[in-house]
Amino acid sequence: MTIPARHGECGHCSSGQGGATPDGRTVSSIVRHSDAGRIMRRFSAFALAREAMRGHSGWTEQWASPEPRKTYDVVIVGAGGHGLATAYYLAKEHGITDIAVIEKGWLGGGNTGRNTTIIRSNYLYDESAALYDHAVSLWEGLSQDLNYNVMFSPRGVLMLSHNEHDRQGAQRHIHANRLNGVDNEWLTPDECKAYCPPLNISANTRYPVIGGALQRRGGTARHDAVAWGYARAASARGVHVLQNTTVTGIRRSADGRVAGVETSRGFIGARKVGVVAAGNTSVVMDMAGVRMPIESYPLQAVVSEPVKPCFPCVVMSNTVHAYVSQSDKGELVIGAGTDQYPSYSQTGSLSIFNHTLDAIAEMFPIFRRMRMLRTWGGIVDVTPDRSPILSKTPVPGLYVNCGWGTGGFKATPGSGHVFAHTIARDEPHPINAAFSLDRFETGRFIDEAAAAAVAH
Amino acid sequence: MLLIHCPYCEDERPEPEFRHAGEAHIARPSAELDAGRAVAESLYLRTNTRGVVFERWRHVHGCGRFFNAARHSVSDRFLAFYKAGEPKPDIAADGGLALDPLGAGATPATVGADGRNVDGGETGR
Repeated sequence: MTIPARHGECGHCSSGQGGATPDGRTVSSIVRHSDAGRIMRRFSAFALAREAMRGHSGWTEQWASPEPRKTYDVVIVGAGGHGLATAYYLAKEHGITDIAVIEKGWLGGGNTGRNTTIIRSNYLYDESAALYDHAVSLWEGLSQDLNYNVMFSPRGVLMLSHNEHDRQGAQRHIHANRLNGVDNEWLTPDECKAYCPPLNISANTRYPVIGGALQRRGGTARHDAVAWGYARAASARGVHVLQNTTVTGIRRSADGRVAGVETSRGFIGARKVGVVAAGNTSVVMDMAGVRMPIESYPLQAVVSEPVKPCFPCVVMSNTVHAYVSQSDKGELVIGAGTDQYPSYSQTGSLSIFNHTLDAIAEMFPIFRRMRMLRTWGGIVDVTPDRSPILSKTPVPGLYVNCGWGTGGFKATPGSGHVFAHTIARDEPHPINAAFSLDRFETGRFIDEAAAAAVAH
Repeated sequence: MLLIHCPYCEDERPEPEFRHAGEAHIARPSAELDAGRAVAESLYLRTNTRGVVFERWRHVHGCGRFFNAARHSVSDRFLAFYKAGEPKPDIAADGGLALDPLGAGATPATVGADGRNVDGGETGR
C-alpha cells in the first residue's frame, strides 16, 4: 500500500505564509496591487530560497485590506471559499475587477474553515456529476493556478456498503458515474481492506462491510489555504476583500433592481450583488424580499489528537453515519450528522457525534482509544432536493449561490467558476443552468439526498 | 440535546423522544387559488429566520401527538410550547433576548458572544 503523495508535508504551511508552486516553477516574482500600491510576491522555488537567505524578512501581506469604495461593479456577500472563488474567476475570466467581497467575520471563518475538507464528484444525476466533476478538474490544477499550495491530495474516497440495499445503490452510482465519465469503481471487502488497512472487514460486526465504491480522484485539500489562496489571488487582481463588515440590508432602486448593500461601514453601491452566505442565505436574501427554499441546520465535526500517518484515504459510510480521513497534521478528521432541528447556533448535540464515534470505533478498532481533541459546528443551508442553488433571482442584478447543504467544500472552485459566469453574463453557465431557484416551482428537482454521506 | 416539554403529556423529556416536524403555521393553499405557485411556496419556502422560530414537534416515542413550540434559533432556547391548533403566541421577533439578529457586532453584556447563557435563566438545553 502506498500512501499518495501529499502536498505541504514540509511543515511550513500552517503559518499561511508558505507554499511554493508544487511543480517548483520559478516565475517572475511580483504582482502589483491595484489600489494599495503594495507588492505581493509570487511564491516560487527562487522566492523561497531568496527568503531563506535573508531570514524571511521579505514576505508581504497576502491580501490588501483597503477602505471600501463608494460603489463597485459587483459586490459578493460572504468571503468563504465560494464567494472568494466567484470574485477570483470574475476577475480572471470575465475581466471584472471592480469587486468587493464583504464578510461579517473573518475570511473563511464560516463553513470554509469548519468543514471536513473532502473532495469527490460521485453524484448520481447528470447535472450533479457535471457540476462536481467540473470542480474536481479545477482542484487538480488549483495550486498552480492560484500560485498557492491548497494541498489538494487525491488520496481516494471509499464509500462503504453494509447491506444489499447499500450495494445496489452504490453500484447504481458507479454505473451512472462511469456513463458520465466520472471515475468510480467497486471494491470487494478484501480490496477495501487492502486500500485502507485500518478498516475492520470482519463478518462479526453489527454492520459488516460487504464492499465499497472507490473514487480515486477524490481526496482532501486544506480548507484554510483555499480561502487564503483565492483571497490572495483575487486581491492581486484588484478585488477588495472587506472583512469585519456586516451586510445589514440590500437596497433596491425604484425599478426593483439591486442598487447596493447597507453595511456596518455604510452604504456600498453595486450594479450586481451575489449572495454566497451559506447558512445565513435566508437571512441575507430576506433583506431583498426574496424567500428561499432553505432551512439551516447545525452540522458537526470532530478531530482527534494527532498521530503518525496511519489512514491513507477518506472512508465514508452512509449506513452507519460516519466518515473519516487523516489530516496532514495527523489528526483524524471525523464528520457527524446534522441535528434534526434548524438552528444558527453553530453548535450541535453531543448525541450526534457520539453516534458517529460509535460507528468509527466499530469500523476502525485501532481508533477506539484515541482521544478527541476538538468538536465544533457549522450552519449548513439545506434545500428540499439536497442540491445547491446557483441562480439568478426574481430581483434584477441579484444572484444567489447557496444550498450546498452538508457538502459544499468539494465544489468550491467549480461553484465559483460557474457562478462568476452567471453574474458576468447575467445568464447561467450550461453547467449550473439546472440549479435554478425556480426548480422548486417547476418541479425539476435534482434529487441527491442519497449522495450525501451524512444524514440530513 | 434539547429538553422538550410535551404539552399533552405535561412533562419535560429529552429530545430523542421527539421528532422535529418542520415549520409551524403553514397553511395548505386551497385548490381554487393559483395552484402552482402557492403550493410550491407552502411546500418549500421557509422563514428560516435568525430569531424566534415557530416549529412543529412530534412526541414519537411518547404520546405520538404533534404540537408546536417557539424557539430562538441562535440560542436554541425554547420560549413556548403549545398544542396543535392553538394560535401563535405573541413573542417579540428576538424573543425579548436582544440578540444581534445578524450575528455580528456588539452584543449586550448579558448575552454570551455566541448568543448563549442569556440572562442566566434556563436555556432549555
